[in-house]
Amino acid sequence: MEYMVEEEKPQQLKNKILCCECGTAIDPNPANMCAACLRSHVDITQDIPKQATLYFCRGCERYLQPPGEWIHCTLESRELLSLCLKKLKSLNRVKLIDAAFVWTEPHSKRIKVKLTVHGEVMGGAILEQVFIVDYTVNHQMCDTCHRSEAQDYWRASVQVRQKSENKKTFYYLEQLILKHKAHENTLGIKPAHEGIDFFFATEGHAKKMVDFLTAVLPCRYQHSKKLISHDINSNIYNYKFTYSVEIVPLSKDSVVCLPKKLAQQLGGISPLCLVFRVTSTIYLIDPCTAQMAELSSTNFWRYPFNSICNPKQLVEYIVMDIECIMYKDKKSFPGQGSISTRHVTADIWLVKASELGVNDNTIHTRTHLGHLLKPGDSVLGYNLEDSNVNDINFDKLDRNNVPDIILVKKHYDRSSRKKQRIWKLKHMTTEQETPFNTDTKDYNEFLDDLEEDPTLRQNVNIFKDMSKQMPVDAYDTIDPDAPHITLDEMLDDLVIDDVEMAE
Amino acid sequence: MALRVQFENNNEIGVFAKLTNAYCLVSIGGSENFYSTFEGELSETIPVVHTSLAGCRIIGRLCVGNKNGLILPNSTTDNELQHLRNALPEKIKIQRVEERLSALGNVIACNDYVALIHPDLDRETEEIITDVLQVEAFRQTIASNVLVGSYCVLNNQGGLVHPNTSIVDQEELSSLLQVPLVAGTINRGSDVVSAGMVVNDWSAFCGMDTTSTELTVIESVFRLNESVPSSIATNMRASLIESMS
Repeated sequence: MEYMVEEEKPQQLKNKILCCECGTAIDPNPANMCAACLRSHVDITQDIPKQATLYFCRGCERYLQPPGEWIHCTLESRELLSLCLKKLKSLNRVKLIDAAFVWTEPHSKRIKVKLTVHGEVMGGAILEQVFIVDYTVNHQMCDTCHRSEAQDYWRASVQVRQKSENKKTFYYLEQLILKHKAHENTLGIKPAHEGIDFFFATEGHAKKMVDFLTAVLPCRYQHSKKLISHDINSNIYNYKFTYSVEIVPLSKDSVVCLPKKLAQQLGGISPLCLVFRVTSTIYLIDPCTAQMAELSSTNFWRYPFNSICNPKQLVEYIVMDIECIMYKDKKSFPGQGSISTRHVTADIWLVKASELGVNDNTIHTRTHLGHLLKPGDSVLGYNLEDSNVNDINFDKLDRNNVPDIILVKKHYDRSSRKKQRIWKLKHMTTEQETPFNTDTKDYNEFLDDLEEDPTLRQNVNIFKDMSKQMPVDAYDTIDPDAPHITLDEMLDDLVIDDVEMAE
Repeated sequence: MALRVQFENNNEIGVFAKLTNAYCLVSIGGSENFYSTFEGELSETIPVVHTSLAGCRIIGRLCVGNKNGLILPNSTTDNELQHLRNALPEKIKIQRVEERLSALGNVIACNDYVALIHPDLDRETEEIITDVLQVEAFRQTIASNVLVGSYCVLNNQGGLVHPNTSIVDQEELSSLLQVPLVAGTINRGSDVVSAGMVVNDWSAFCGMDTTSTELTVIESVFRLNESVPSSIATNMRASLIESMS
């Protein structure tokens, strides 16, 4: 009964028959109906819902991908389309040819998707149908937003504290965090007394933050956890973790008095030292001999000490005379620590700026700033002779060996510099408020320090301030010798200036 | 005149009836509606006979006949044969055949002069067909289908064949049968035309699903209307257009 029909078929002329519904001449097909009649007759999309609901979290602007995932997708994006198609359950019964969004008003909470499907009807006829599915966007709060709304969102917090006189360390920390994007995972940043709190969703993020802090600042931390809830049956414990980070309470330019034992350990440095730089370790310099010492944070916590003079107590002096000390005149002893080659020790004669012309008696001291100073310069220093210091280590010192004045840095006129500053810093902003107030004197001093110390600003991103005028002429600047940040060091800020939207 | 009928909610009425120019066989059903439609249309001219074949109701598929004779499958019981002999006019020859392809209605399509038969039919059966039905028999296929009886309906004025029959095939068959042929459908696009309808020279019965388009095709190809459809169309269209405007 087999007939070789396949071979002769292609040569046959295809006849036309009348569509059984409307009578138009068509090629015979399994349904023997023209496409229009077939379409009116059968609906291949009848199983496919024409309306569906999408769930959208207003807090984090994510869509729910059932069962429990929330995904970010922009309107008319590929991700949103796949999400929409997954909502249609019976789509697997037909062959999806094309899907595209139909434009809807972005705020209408309606998404329309135009689908083209192929389906097999009436024993083999393939029918193409185009239809539109209407999605309603409903609001549903996602779990994370729900928890944050319920004030129960953080799992771990990092409390950073410093018991210091000024907040410069925190301004510096803010810039470090910004530069290294260490705050990416924070849920919230809150200012607290003598410090700030960072909040995180997982303990891992908090640990990462602590690791970052210990890498950039001298600090120690303690770890604690609090049991919130637990399920004995499934051995699930729900903790809140807290890391308490304490930063070494020393800031740049303060004078410290080391315990005797520590001074001996640090290469026999003189107990009265100037904090010269603070990174993950503390750099100390002896102003009289320019001997340097590095103090790690662990070492500091083993022999804790306090600063005896802080930058607030700085007094301005005028240099009357200066005389560098020759190398041959320097005393050295075995086991002495390294001596800075970038500083020049000098004998210096000073007069207090406030008493200039009134009192002719010059005060003699030694300084490590011999390379910077010349007669007539003004310089900032601590007047140890007249200050009232309460420190156990300082009391043990022989008062004859204590210098009258410790010079810290050269003084430049700061008042005019603030106006001339053509750069700015970025700040961390949170929803409530900026954790760091930028109007304070501390902040301006921090900016001054940045200008004066190139090593400090290595770790800081400095941006051009477009609102300020660039000085066209070098003579416009009041003090050409004053330290300033060159244009090379500044970054261009990203400015999003959408003219159309502004209208 | 073509009528729409249904056999117990089934549109495949060609399965349950056999219509020729000399008699009509109707199967025994639960409802008399089917029978009365045939009776009302045909009883004035030809006998309408209730019957079963081999105890089955699918008589339209089991037997084949024309005005000259009726061929029944071997499974027909003696009682049924006797009943048919009694009911049909005497000049109609009734014959049982021993044929492997016992659904004769599916394998043979005929009018009063020619028959298309299944290519595998026995030589003896072919001879009986020629003798009893007094036709010329041709072994043929329709649109590559061997079941010529299922896919082709004939009367003496025309024929309806499977919708996929190519024009070349149609011309060949038409020259054999000496009647015009049309490819068409029945029962809203069904291609088993013989199962969906029965026809003789002046009347046709179709399944209830048959659309008006299909009826028009049937009426025109079997020449069931005295008035030519085209003349109706032209006349009516003119008056319609007038009334519309």
